[in-house]
Formats: sequence, C-alpha cells, structure tokens
Amino acid sequence: MIILGTASDIKLLTKDGRRLDGRTNEELRPIKIETGVLNRADGSAYIEWGGNKILVAVYGPREAYPKHTQNINKAIVKARYNMAAFSVDERKRPGPDRRSIEISKVISEALDQAIMVEQFPRTQIDVFIEVLQADAGTRIAGLTAATVAVASAGIPMKDFVVGCTAGKVEGKVVLDLSKEEDNFGQADLPMAVLSKSGKVVLLQMDGDLSVEEFDQATEMILTATKRINEIQREALSTRFVAEIEEGGE
Amino acid sequence: MPKDAAGILSEIKRSYIVSKLKEGVRADGRKPDECRELSIQTGYVPRAQGSALVQLGKTRILAGVKIETGEPFPDTPNKGVMTTNVELLPMAFPTFEAGPPNETSIEIARVVDRGIRESKMLDVENLVIEAGKKVWIVFIDIDVIDFDGNLIDACSYGALAALRSAIVPASKEGGKDFPLPVKNTPVAVTMVKIGDELVCDPDLEEEQLGSVRLTVSTTEDGHIRAMQKGDTGSLDLEDIRKAIKLSSNIGAQLRDKYFK
Repeated sequence: MIILGTASDIKLLTKDGRRLDGRTNEELRPIKIETGVLNRADGSAYIEWGGNKILVAVYGPREAYPKHTQNINKAIVKARYNMAAFSVDERKRPGPDRRSIEISKVISEALDQAIMVEQFPRTQIDVFIEVLQADAGTRIAGLTAATVAVASAGIPMKDFVVGCTAGKVEGKVVLDLSKEEDNFGQADLPMAVLSKSGKVVLLQMDGDLSVEEFDQATEMILTATKRINEIQREALSTRFVAEIEEGGE
Repeated sequence: MPKDAAGILSEIKRSYIVSKLKEGVRADGRKPDECRELSIQTGYVPRAQGSALVQLGKTRILAGVKIETGEPFPDTPNKGVMTTNVELLPMAFPTFEAGPPNETSIEIARVVDRGIRESKMLDVENLVIEAGKKVWIVFIDIDVIDFDGNLIDACSYGALAALRSAIVPASKEGGKDFPLPVKNTPVAVTMVKIGDELVCDPDLEEEQLGSVRLTVSTTEDGHIRAMQKGDTGSLDLEDIRKAIKLSSNIGAQLRDKYFK
C-alpha cells in the first residue's frame, strides 16, 4: 500500500548525485525579475523563480492608518504576503492564515532595515505580495522582489534585501529547495541579508541541522545572494535606463 | 513586542542598562548568558490532560494540553495531530487586548510549535486509533497571565512540561490510558542584541531595548531544530553562530535540571 505523505521511499537525489530537476547542490533555479509591471502602484515588481510567480505592489509612503499605529520617528513598513487560492495544489482558503501573518511580519521586519524609514515619520509603506503560483521558497522570492518594487517606487534605500533558501535532503546540504525537496527534505533554512553589509535581516529554520551543516548552508546562501542581487539590479537598470532613453519623465 | 504602560523606556534606564552591559553585567545583575529563575509546576489544572504553570523571572504563563479524538489530515493518515495556540490575556499587560490572535501571539505560537514539531518530540505515529479515520489530536493552549519579557521561551518550557506530563485518555475509546509518547526534548533559547552584546532570556526592558531577537531550538544531539529572527534589526553571521552555541549550552543545562 502506498500512503501519501510518508517520505520514506521518495528519492530526492539521483545516483550521480544530481537533484530531481537535474541541478547540482549549489545550483539556483532560473530567476527573472521585472519591474514597473503595474499601473496604479507607486512601485511594482514581478518575479519568476523556478515555478514561483509572484507580483509585488508598493504604495506609499502615505499617512499611516489607523492613526495610533503612526510612529513619530519613522515610517512603518507593512508587508502583506498573500497566496492566491489557486496558487497551490489544493485550493487555499482565501485570506490571511497564521502562516501568512507570520511571513508578513518577518518580511516587514526585514524590509525595514533596508528602507530609510527615518525620512518619513508618521507614514506607512504598504508592500503587497501576491503569490500567483507557489513552488517552494515563496517568502524569499517575495521579499527579493519586494525590494525591487520598493526601489522602483523611488523610496530611498540604504541597501538591497536579497535572500535564498538552503536545506538538507538525504543528508546533503543543498541550495534553493524545490517543492519536493521542501516537502520531503530534512531541513529548510530561508535567509535574507543586506547585499552590501551581509547583515542577516531574515532568518528562519525548521528541520534538523548540525552546526557544521548550518555553516555550510549559510555559506551557500551568501554566495547565491550575490548572483541574485545582480538580477535585482539588472531589473531596475533595464527599466530605468529604458525610460531615460525614451526621454520619459 | 509591546512597550511598557507609558510606551517608552526612560532614557535614564536605557543608558543605565547599556552602560552596565559594557561591564558585562545586566541591570538585574545577571551575566549576558544567564537565564532568570525558572520554576515549573506540572499538574496545575487536573481537568486538562497535561498542564504546567511556568514562572520565568516575573513572566508567568499557564500551558494546558487537551487530547481529543478527531480526523487526521488527509496527507498524513497515519499520524496524530498537534496544534499550538497562545493567548495574550488582557490581564497580563496594560496594552494587551482581548480578541482574535494578533501577529505577536501567532508568531510566538508558531515558533513554539516549530521547535516541538521539528524535533519530532511527539511520537505522532503512536497517536493513531484507526488509520485515516481517527487519531488523537493534541491541543496545546497557552495563557500568558503576567508579562515581563521572553514569552517564546516561557511558553515553550510550559508546552514541554505539559506535554511530558500529559496522559492520553484512551479509556474513553475502550483502551487503557497511557502517557503521551514523547521522544526528544527541544529547548528554545531566545536572545536579544543590545549594542554588540547578545543577552539570553531578556526581560521586558531588555526586549524593548534590543534591536533584534533570535530564538534557537536545539535537541540533545546539539542539532538545530528551529530558528526565528524577530524584530527589525539585523545580525551578523558571527552573532548567529554564537547564539547557536549559547542556545545549545543553555539548552543542555535546562534539560538536565527541568526536563529529565
């Protein structure tokens, strides 16, 4: 009898040490970021990361509401991570659940470090992250795109937030988990850093990692974030260089 | 985390804590890697299948475990179910409000849950009555009754103690009652960074002063089972490595003393 959800006989690595999708341990899935994809929003971005398709819109800085949430010293960053009902295999009940509330919180806290929030007291910056199709690593993909969206809104920033996940499958540390690896692997470590300083602004972990495996995983993530950051920068320069050439605003 | 009743930590207190910390001492005399006094009283609520009243410094929480029958999740027909919920009661702090869980209580509950779940502490395979149809559901409900910082650790120790003392009421299902099967003992240790210093088990003032929070849950083998960074600040990788070491050392001490 085959029982779904028991991980025991699912092989995640092939005989020659490759992963199910043919990648090596340190290989990223393809990533594509575009900006300026929405008309109404002050800033926007679209990311495809493996099978992930995520849209991000930024509104603000605008007056913080309700009023008691205003901070007289800085803008508050309000990210809302939301999964579309059709984004996963089994329909997700629409609206915020406990998972998405937690993810929204950690994403907001990570973005806060990169944005010059001190320049906009009493305001809020809304970041709407809509996962259209989920394929593991959505919080990191969403955050990576959100950074680009904030920058494209012209909001002053100190640095880029850029992230990646690593994890463990069949005892091996691997970069950028796929959906199968996320579901049946032994550990999941999403991490995001500021691109220049390398300071960690988002860190979560579940599963089972030894201290050595943790060091190996973070090393892999740090190397990968350099590449991903280039993609972020390209997305912005493609869009804004094009605008200048057209003699736009 | 909520601020104190006035909403701010006085400048005098703030600079006192920071300057003391530079000498390696905390405002209440603790060393940076020292936890507050912990007391755990299990069996506090006999009506529950397991319970624990935890006092960590002046923070007090009450954890209760209820075990009922229900359907398993369709994708795990051969496993029992565990859920964790944290209530920040209005009695615990001036700014806590009654109502549905907010992001603070959800985060605490999910971090506590993650440590327990990922360590495979609960032997969920032995909580099945009829595969695919009927399993034991373990509800961990935690009431925060007095708040003075570090709810994640207090709630996590409460959940641990309550689970370890819980009895599955199998006699209701025609079997014999048995102790809830537990294997590992994951211990969560939370730290905040004040200036350049990591301090363990922060009290409310330290929590307000800290720029960033990190929770690391480890098991007996020294492996990391769950981590969560919180608050808007940032950490160096060096801080994180140090935190993992601290957590695993303190975890071992607590395990010896309270969860043998």
